[in-house]
Amino acid sequence: MKSAVITFPGSNCDRDMAVALEQASGVKPVMLWHRETEIPAGIDLIAVPGGFSYGDYLRSGAMASRSPIMAAVKEAAARGTYVLGVCNGFQVLTESGLLPGALMRNAGIHFVCRDVALTVENNQSAFTSLYQQGEQVVFPVAHHDGNYVADDAVLDRLEGEGRVAFRYAESVNGSARNIAGVLSDKSNVLGMMPHPERAVEAAHGNVDGVRMFKGLVEGLMATA
Amino acid sequence: MKTRVFVTLKGGVLDPQGKAIHHALEGLGFSGINDVRAGKLIELDLADGTSDEDIDAMCSKLLANTVIENYRIEKIG
Repeated sequence: MKSAVITFPGSNCDRDMAVALEQASGVKPVMLWHRETEIPAGIDLIAVPGGFSYGDYLRSGAMASRSPIMAAVKEAAARGTYVLGVCNGFQVLTESGLLPGALMRNAGIHFVCRDVALTVENNQSAFTSLYQQGEQVVFPVAHHDGNYVADDAVLDRLEGEGRVAFRYAESVNGSARNIAGVLSDKSNVLGMMPHPERAVEAAHGNVDGVRMFKGLVEGLMATA
Repeated sequence: MKTRVFVTLKGGVLDPQGKAIHHALEGLGFSGINDVRAGKLIELDLADGTSDEDIDAMCSKLLANTVIENYRIEKIG
C-alpha cells in the first residue's frame, strides 16, 4: 500500500501518522506539503493528520480545507482513493465537504486529553475490517473542538447507512449521539477525533490502533 | 468600501463559549442575564464596486460554516 501524509503549517501528528503507516505497510509514506497541487500517481491512501493547522484561525480546519492540496485530495477521494482524517484531519474533512457535519468546541469547554473507550459500530470498511463488530477499543483523544454536530436528518442518514464507524462508549465532548468517527457514502473516507496512530507500539501503552493500519494495508493491497 | 460580516451560531446549536461567558458574567455579580451567544465580527476593506455576489460567496465559501453558522453582511461605506 502506498500512502501519502499531508502536512499543513501547524500539523503536529504528521510524523506519528507516517511512522504508523510505514510500520504497517513497510513503505515510507510520501510527505506532501499543503502548497502541493497534485497527489502523486499510485497513492492508495491519503492521511490528513492531527494538529492545529493554521493555528485553528477562523475555525478548526477552515483554512487548511481551502489550501491547494485539499483540492487534489477531494479529486482523489472522488476517484475512490482512501482518505483518513484524524483529529484536526477530521475537522479539515468536514470543512472541505468530504464528510457531513461540523466539529464544534467541546461541550464542557475543556481541552480533553486522555484515553477513551470506543465501540466499533461498523467493521465493514477497509479502515475497520480487522475489528469485531461491537468491539470496544481504546484510543487517545486530544482535542478542543471535537463536538460533532449535524442536523437530525443527517445523523439519521449516517446511522441508517452504517456510516458511524466509531462511537464513544462514554460522553467525551458532547458529540451528537456520541459519534467519534464517520465514513463517507462510499466508505473510502473516514474522519475521527481519536488517534489510532498514537496506539501502535508497546511503548504507547496500547496497540489497538495497529489493526486499523494493518486492515488498510490488507484491504487496499487486495483491491490494487 | 468597508464591509462587516457578522457570523453567529444557528439557533439550535449549543454554544459552549456563550455558556462560559454567561457563567463568568454571573460570577462577576451581574444578574438578569437570560442567555449569551458568542459570534465573530469580520471587517473587510474591499475595492469599490465589489459585487454583492462576491461578498456573499466570500461568506458562504470561507467566512461562515453554513452547517452550523449564519452570516449577515453590513456595508458601512
